[in-house]
Amino acid sequence: MEDKQYMDYIHANAQKSNHVVTLVWAFAVGGVICCIGQAFIDLFTVILPNWDKAKVASLVSMTMIFLGSFFTAIGVYDKLGSKAGGGSIVPITGFANSVVSPAMEFNKEGIVLGMMAKMFVVAGPIIVAGTVSSVVSGVIYWIIGLFN
Amino acid sequence: MEIFLGYVKAFAIGGLVCMIAQIFINKTKMTSARILVMFLLLGVFLELIGVFKYIENFAGAGITVPITGFGSTIVKGAKEGAKIGLFEAVTYGFRNMAGGLTAAIFFGFFFALIFRSHSKKA
Amino acid sequence: MKVGKQTYLLDNKVYIQSAYSLAGPYEAKGNFRDYFDCVMEDDEWKCKSHEMAEIEMQRFVIGECLSKVNVSPLDCGAIMGGDLINQIVPTSFSARDFHTPFMGLYNACATFGEALAIGSTLVGGDFDKIICCTSSHYATAERQYRYPLELGTQPTPESQWTVTGSGAVLLSKKAGEYPLVKGYTIGRVLDFGLTDPNNMGGAMAPAAANTIVTHFKDTGRSPDYYDLIITGDLGRFGRETLHYLCKKEGYELNNLNDCGSMMYCDKQKAGQGGSGAGCCSLVFASYLYKKLVDKSLKRILFVPTGAMLSKDSALQGESIPGIAHAVIIEREDWY
Repeated sequence: MEDKQYMDYIHANAQKSNHVVTLVWAFAVGGVICCIGQAFIDLFTVILPNWDKAKVASLVSMTMIFLGSFFTAIGVYDKLGSKAGGGSIVPITGFANSVVSPAMEFNKEGIVLGMMAKMFVVAGPIIVAGTVSSVVSGVIYWIIGLFN
Repeated sequence: MEIFLGYVKAFAIGGLVCMIAQIFINKTKMTSARILVMFLLLGVFLELIGVFKYIENFAGAGITVPITGFGSTIVKGAKEGAKIGLFEAVTYGFRNMAGGLTAAIFFGFFFALIFRSHSKKA
Repeated sequence: MKVGKQTYLLDNKVYIQSAYSLAGPYEAKGNFRDYFDCVMEDDEWKCKSHEMAEIEMQRFVIGECLSKVNVSPLDCGAIMGGDLINQIVPTSFSARDFHTPFMGLYNACATFGEALAIGSTLVGGDFDKIICCTSSHYATAERQYRYPLELGTQPTPESQWTVTGSGAVLLSKKAGEYPLVKGYTIGRVLDFGLTDPNNMGGAMAPAAANTIVTHFKDTGRSPDYYDLIITGDLGRFGRETLHYLCKKEGYELNNLNDCGSMMYCDKQKAGQGGSGAGCCSLVFASYLYKKLVDKSLKRILFVPTGAMLSKDSALQGESIPGIAHAVIIEREDWY
């Protein structure tokens, strides 16, 4: 049997993801997490009236990251993730999960070389991508500013 | 009623963003790091072309709580810094990331000191 | 005695004198729950890390396997075995507690087949007793091959669940009412170009099919010769693929089954089934050995399968080759 033929057989017969179930889970969980975020935005705008919008947004991110970290730590977030998939990865809580989970996993190798060194094995690419795009967009805006 | 409608919009748009991510997961077997980078860059792109603020006005947390919001705050910082000078243009983006990153690193460190990882089942 | 291309039938009698199995808590809820010799109450087993728990598992299994038949570790010629972790640390470290020579093996999840093949050859030669032991652990394998445990990833539908467990057998010259290792077919590393590290059943099935078909061609036997042809950890999809591949070669395997796909019951939702180096050794040392001892199985072809990959090889875009070794286990006193 040829490689190509075999690959076709595998592609035709391997079990596929159940789109309906996974998409509904992702939609529902993602939506609920965003609603929790919205609730914090509304709450902080009321109790911190003299903060500007960006600062409130930052505080909301930090709160959501705290919640994501906390639920990762008590072992709930990975169970949620196995059901919700994209619904729990894409919100900022998923970013927190990708930082906290390696930190917890590798703390057995010691605080410095285990936990601290490997904290960003999953989330590292996000910080690199963010920093690079920050520099690139900053330079673009600066050059545009030169011509105005 | 106004507030309730805001939550419905946040739910719908946030759910939609996550559902798009799930389609990518189902179709391409992408891992979570790739998904996160992709949506971060999507946020950066939407902010750069100036579309993000319209979605944000409509959906609120529906677009800012997903990692796309993180991408957009970076670009907002860069835009703000570019008005002052080149040094601020390249550093203010990271300054806007600082809140989230600080929280992630601190809580990561703090919780990893206390808690240990366990298998999903059993 | 060499038969055909890759098959060797042993001239001397090699008995499987003893077997001992240790299963994790999740496995103990599966289909083989009544067959395990010992069950761990949790998967850390009072150790500081999951890796240390796996060392302790192997040490415990080897010790119990010997004490079951009152054999001292000093009487054994060698311990041989392996696992999935970097530099096969769990097996090597567990061997330091016994004053027995040690040989470490690695063939991914097919290590147990390799251990049985080499061990039986040595016992057929000058060695008196050899212990074969492999293990795997869900938490250590996840860290080795995939992600941190607490990362909220979604298992794909093709993925398998690494078995937490360990099994050891004692190969011996001592005659008795024991099953025998009659021979084996050593498999080739076969690569059909699959690159999805989640679909290991598909990657291993061609290697298993090749080994099984070669075995039948070499020996001239038909599949009906065996009561059971049991593969290591192909999973449900891999088993169907193997059935299909063998049918294309002209062998209808009606008595085919798979340790991995039998391991968990449906309501446990473990994807395609179990996998790992401990999967086939756990099933062999518990279910299969007990069935062989009580004579409800008389002749089996035991085919542990392995997928050769590392985290880096998958990232570098390498495909996943597979390997399988077939071992003939028989009772001689059944007729």
